[in-house]
Amino acid sequence: MYAYIVRRVVYAVFILIGVNLITFALFFKVNTPDDIARLQLGVKYVTPEAIAQWKADRGYDKPLLYNARAEGRHKFTDTIYFEKSVEMFRFNFGRSDDGRDIANEISMRMWPSLALAVPVFLVGMLLQITFALMMAFFRATYLDFWGVVLCVVMMSISGLFYIIGGQYLISKLWNLVPISGYATGFDAFKFLVLPVVVGVIGGVGSGARWYRTIFLEEVGKDYVRTARAKGLSEIVVFFRHVLRNAMIPILTGAVVVIPLLFMGSLVSESFFGIPGLGSYTIEAIQAQDFAVVRSMVFIGSVLYILGLLLTDISYTLVDPRVRFE
Amino acid sequence: MLLLAGCGRVWNDPYPASESGKNILYSSFSERPKHLDPAQSYTSDEYDFISQVYEPPLQYHYLKRPYTLIPATAVAIPKPRFFSGAGSELPADAKDVAYSVYEIHIKPGIFYQPHPAFAKDSAGRSLYLDLKPEDVGDKHTLADFAESGSRELVASDYVYQIKRLAHPRIHSPILGHMSNYIVGLKEYAALIEKEDKALQAAQPGTTPQVWTSLSRHEIAGVEVVDRYTYRINVRGKYPQFIYWLAMPFFAPVPPEADRFYAQPGMAEKNFNLDWFPVGTGPYMLTENNPNARMELTRNPNFRGEPYPSAGEPGDAAAGLLADAGKRAPFIDRIVFTREKESIPYWNKFMQGYYDQSGISNDNFDSAVRVGIEGDAALSPEMASRGIQLKTSVATSVYYLSFNWLDPVVGGQGDATQQERARKLRQAISIAIDNEEFISIFANGRGVPGQGPIPPGIFGYREGSESYNPVVYEKTAGAWHRRSIAQAKKLIAEAGYPNGRDARTGAPLVLYLDTTGGGPGGKARLDWYRKQFQKIDVQLEFRTSDWNRFQEKIRKGNTQMFFLGWNADYPDPENFMFLLDGPQGAVKHGGENKANYSNPEYDRLFAQMKNMENGPARQLIIDRMVAVLRQDAPWVWGYYPKDYSLYHAWLYNVKPNQMARNGLKFYRLDPALREAKRAEWNRPVVWPLLLIVALLILGTLPALRSWRARELARA
Repeated sequence: MYAYIVRRVVYAVFILIGVNLITFALFFKVNTPDDIARLQLGVKYVTPEAIAQWKADRGYDKPLLYNARAEGRHKFTDTIYFEKSVEMFRFNFGRSDDGRDIANEISMRMWPSLALAVPVFLVGMLLQITFALMMAFFRATYLDFWGVVLCVVMMSISGLFYIIGGQYLISKLWNLVPISGYATGFDAFKFLVLPVVVGVIGGVGSGARWYRTIFLEEVGKDYVRTARAKGLSEIVVFFRHVLRNAMIPILTGAVVVIPLLFMGSLVSESFFGIPGLGSYTIEAIQAQDFAVVRSMVFIGSVLYILGLLLTDISYTLVDPRVRFE
Repeated sequence: MLLLAGCGRVWNDPYPASESGKNILYSSFSERPKHLDPAQSYTSDEYDFISQVYEPPLQYHYLKRPYTLIPATAVAIPKPRFFSGAGSELPADAKDVAYSVYEIHIKPGIFYQPHPAFAKDSAGRSLYLDLKPEDVGDKHTLADFAESGSRELVASDYVYQIKRLAHPRIHSPILGHMSNYIVGLKEYAALIEKEDKALQAAQPGTTPQVWTSLSRHEIAGVEVVDRYTYRINVRGKYPQFIYWLAMPFFAPVPPEADRFYAQPGMAEKNFNLDWFPVGTGPYMLTENNPNARMELTRNPNFRGEPYPSAGEPGDAAAGLLADAGKRAPFIDRIVFTREKESIPYWNKFMQGYYDQSGISNDNFDSAVRVGIEGDAALSPEMASRGIQLKTSVATSVYYLSFNWLDPVVGGQGDATQQERARKLRQAISIAIDNEEFISIFANGRGVPGQGPIPPGIFGYREGSESYNPVVYEKTAGAWHRRSIAQAKKLIAEAGYPNGRDARTGAPLVLYLDTTGGGPGGKARLDWYRKQFQKIDVQLEFRTSDWNRFQEKIRKGNTQMFFLGWNADYPDPENFMFLLDGPQGAVKHGGENKANYSNPEYDRLFAQMKNMENGPARQLIIDRMVAVLRQDAPWVWGYYPKDYSLYHAWLYNVKPNQMARNGLKFYRLDPALREAKRAEWNRPVVWPLLLIVALLILGTLPALRSWRARELARA
């Protein structure tokens, strides 16, 4: 197992270099160092000298990828790409282009994102599995039919509608919770109720239908028929056999997203005023802050790779047939 | 869960119960401030915060209009003295002035807010100016430093801040501009940069401290005269310099603060002047979480400032002089919450959780009723809640600019070509119906442009004289936009009868550069296309991102484009310079993005810019405006109008387009606010009970079905 993990980590380094290179190329295809400087310095009274000064101070006065004027290895190392990228592989993200410490910013924004994403993920999955189990349990009855109809209707509605509708009903019309905002500690609870409810409801339709498919596939397998033939009740068949065997595809979908919960949700956080990581990357792209963009893409890649690795490991835990070899 | 979420009488209150009934102003912000360092900050969003903290020597009168400068920390408005190159003093009307001297006396007895940079032990030694990284390890806010102190504001703090404008690592946006005026600033910046580089070369991997470099050298034209007096020498005559003295760029910064923040370990915790300002103003920033919440708290060391005793006619009747002479600030804390989306922001205002609000286009119809005459009034719902509406014309202008270097619409070529292009520009100016644009796309919130100077700025003519006779004509006693027939006649005279080149027969196609313009952008662009179609001209759009758009303007690769300008100070020079030939964008890298050039205009501008306001200056401005109207280098778009809403419990509010430091004069009635919040936000619980009942009912068919299945025989 350790050899497998080490091998995956080595692969990950190459993937991260590739992702970093692509991010760099895409970013600087759209923005030049001059553009970045102009955006930071503002549009009024900015002189070419001020732009040159800003670029020199931030290390943007060097060639992007290849420094023809340098000697030896410095042709590659004395470049914007190298200087801005190497430290990141040591998880030293440095400072944003407007001078703020990126690690500090991430550590501040990460917790509100998790405070929203973790309950939505856990409660949502629990509700989706419960609903899917119910539909599978009552398969081919009017309950299953109307359950699927409800799921299709729910998944056809835009997530934004749930947010705006939830805010309108629960906060504006019924005055039950604050419409937006955030606080730390226990005070966060009243701000999280609405986004969690909206997040959970918004995900039920697609999630329940996906899990229902998995359960129905399991229900049709031979071991279920054998269990029933042994005289087990339908409840025992479902909860002891079907649910357990359906865990493999459920884990596939669930474990891979766990690390990405750190990255937050752009729309929910924006509408509910939660100061999480969801909007950090978008704001950085709008502000042409390359330091933040590359850091967030890097972290996102690391987390995704971590998620895939965890998924592989979790396979071996829930399915004895799967081995690292 | 919902029941748990609610606590107290009002469940949807986003603020802690401990703040209930307190003298706290609740406001919001949508964009996180990029800079709070007064040497860097240059946007109105940022000024909302730092203008309450920092005090430049001058400020704008809160109530008087036109905008009037008054002393803030200065004893009086400094009167410049003029000198020749030989150093002899010249009279105020002298023409060959080599430099002007501004001597500023500040009031004694002004103290900084409490700050750890000033903390001292009993022996007078600074407590926190010699820290090690481990001393900062457990500190996250300034409140984590156990001790704080203060000291008196002195003239050298103002001088120190002017030096900061020149430091290469602070990147002040006005360094280039001010280097043209403040004697010795350019040379000082070069010296500091050279020293900074030398220090970095001597100790690679380290960053030399800002305060040590600045403390070692002086600017030739800026000097401390005595403890409360400093002097600034300005090249030539630059009467507008006095307005800069009312901006945070010229606010005092104590060197101790720079020294405090320069210590090892501080930067990693975002302890710097860009994050934690240090000022003498009525408030101090006590919480800085730009992702969620910023909080200003009353500065206990603030000396107090009397509320103005005079204002405009009508201010007394509006209750704006009720607190005349009382010591401000009146509010203890100001809480700004970040709201990125307009829907929750607007609903929270309507619930009473924000004390003031702007009006987005989405909410305009529900908030305001515009009469036939264009007069705005609150909707019945707003009025029933006691909400007040205040409007003011912004000191801004939005316009469509022609590129003067363009061969078709510009001012190039021989006299005939110039005349053809001029008539083409005039025809387009008539065809674009700005009144309709304001009505459709700005909810009527704007005044059609007649020239570069907006209302409220000296030089703007009121009434009949305000109209641009090239675009408007007086018929039946009223001014109306000239007819499309007249525009078509101009187009024909320009050599494009029926929108076709008289010589080649090719249709006239013009190109407008834009940046897209967001969700409503397409509708706007379609509208512009229709305006050009009225005179048979085809309009094509060249859409690009902001960077490329700016680059095109800098290089002159445009034909027409939209831009706007927000005044730095209320002087006509700050608008007229946008069309000054020597400040052309392509040739000189200046702010004249149209690259407009007219020798008569340039000559008059050079004359006007250094004059005092008065009839003589007005005459010159009138002539300049007449030249511009004839040449039509811009389609004079519109001057935007700001609409703001205020709840009944907020007093002393008067919109001020030039200054953002007015929060000190706001007054609240927290008891009324509490009562209204309770009235407007009674929780409605029955839908919850209904949902629970429906869920229970919904499980019954499932239970029945399961029971039937269990009981069924195989």
